[in-house]
Amino acid sequence: MTKIEAVIQNSKLEAVKTALQEIGVEGMTVLEVRGHGRQKGHTEVYRGREYSVDLIPKTKLEMVLAEAMVEKAVQAILGAARTGKIGDGKIFLSRVDEAIRIRNDERGEGAL
Amino acid sequence: MGRSLVAGLATALLVLMFVPFVTAQNSARTPSPASDVNSRLARLEQQAADAKSSADNAWMLTSSALVLMMTGPGLALFYGGLVRKKNVLGTMMQSFVLMAIITVLWGLFSYSLSFGSGNSFVGGLQNIFLKGVGAAPDADYAPTIPAQTFMIYQLMFAIITPALIAGAFAERMKFSAMLVFTVLWSVIVYDPMAHMVWGKGGLLNASLGGRFPTLDFAGGTVVHVTSGVSALVCALYLGKRVGYPKDQMPPHSVVLSFIGACLLWVGWFGFNAGSALAAGSLATSAFVATHFAAAAAAVGWAAVEWMRNGKPSVLGAISGAVAGLVAITPASGFVKPMPALAIGLIAGVFCYWMVAKVKAKFGYDDSLDAFGVHGAGGTLGALLTGVFAVSAVNPIFKDSQGNVLASGLLEGNARQLLDQLVGVGIAWCLGIVGTMAILTLVDVTIGLRVSEEEEVQGLDLSQHGEEGYYWEASA
Repeated sequence: MTKIEAVIQNSKLEAVKTALQEIGVEGMTVLEVRGHGRQKGHTEVYRGREYSVDLIPKTKLEMVLAEAMVEKAVQAILGAARTGKIGDGKIFLSRVDEAIRIRNDERGEGAL
Repeated sequence: MGRSLVAGLATALLVLMFVPFVTAQNSARTPSPASDVNSRLARLEQQAADAKSSADNAWMLTSSALVLMMTGPGLALFYGGLVRKKNVLGTMMQSFVLMAIITVLWGLFSYSLSFGSGNSFVGGLQNIFLKGVGAAPDADYAPTIPAQTFMIYQLMFAIITPALIAGAFAERMKFSAMLVFTVLWSVIVYDPMAHMVWGKGGLLNASLGGRFPTLDFAGGTVVHVTSGVSALVCALYLGKRVGYPKDQMPPHSVVLSFIGACLLWVGWFGFNAGSALAAGSLATSAFVATHFAAAAAAVGWAAVEWMRNGKPSVLGAISGAVAGLVAITPASGFVKPMPALAIGLIAGVFCYWMVAKVKAKFGYDDSLDAFGVHGAGGTLGALLTGVFAVSAVNPIFKDSQGNVLASGLLEGNARQLLDQLVGVGIAWCLGIVGTMAILTLVDVTIGLRVSEEEEVQGLDLSQHGEEGYYWEASA
């Protein structure tokens, strides 16, 4: 099992969600986050005082998938989230040891 | 041919219809004694006076409500949006509590200290507990409305003035200290200043025989200069907020400020046009001047921002409007629409410069720019009133024969600028000295500032045990 964490542009959430649903991804967790990579923030000016906002609002998706699904999901995210500009975000993959369904104690890929 | 026949018949019919009526009237009129005519005349005069009084009273009660609306929710929202979200309730409360406290004081003795006949500096005690303030008009102030209407209208000014100062000590003053400070300030600074400018026999009163007749239609000196200058003293005395100017402290909701500023704009019609104390053409003139100045100032501030920063901000546009409203306040009942536009435009640019440049240069933490907008804009407006006032709008100065004299500098009364300077100077001195004395007193007795820990926590929790925005996932 692999966990996919994808940090994407807020505006791309719907497109990414749809693309993942089309390839059969059944569950995900979506978080509103703030952060920055190489993309610079912006400045705001209130009554002549400048404020630099360097943590930019982003959307983070998390899902744990069976190995057979992982590459397809990555391609779906890449296809839907890419604009080609700085700030498109990143995808992280990591191994997951176990998954447990709370309702019935089911374990492994069957719990996903 | 046919048409003229019809017209002729119709005329004849009309004549026939009215002849009996006219005859009946003539026959009914019997010679009446002169006393009967006199009493009918007296009754008609009374009815005319009552009608005018009702009209004026309707406008003045409306204006009173409008001016109260400026404090709550107007100013409370305007200031509330400008602070960080942990201080939103504390800041709103600083406005709201004055609606209660000042009202109590006003009834007990403050009205008397402001508008009772006293000496040149302060009113007497003859109207304490509102004694003698009833349905009968006070002819010196407003001959067509009940004295009680005049009293409640003036109360709304006494409420908003100390509330304005809160912009300078926002986010760091103890609630208890703020209460004691504003109560003392209202009695020691506001009441005497109101008496000097508007009270019977006041030193600066332009219509009731003051030594230095200062033109202040709706409170440029009384309200904005005193509060603005006192605000600066507060900012300097209390010192900066923890983390200022290093930490980022952007307004937590320009949306709230926007609603507040729009309510202020509307409420200001009651403030300025209501200061005519009647519903006549002077009220209209003041209404128009007020609106034009606000509009021009919003354009002025936003335009300067656009040129300097590349973008016109919403906060800039609404701050500009407020600056214009402040500046036109003393002038509103004395100037024509085009000078009002000029006053607004100058105020918008000037106050932007005060807030964005001068404050940064000197480094004082006038958190919400009470001085930059009210002190600076009020002073500017008071002086420009001396320039642009014309007797055609308001014939306030007359010689002993009742001939109308020139009002402002452009009309040929250069001395007026001097009198305006005296008025502004007295407001500045009273503001500085009074505020310093009160701040020192409160500081050594109960202390002015919250502890650093409380300040970091925010006034909402530390002073009131509440949060403005209680958002929990499960709620």
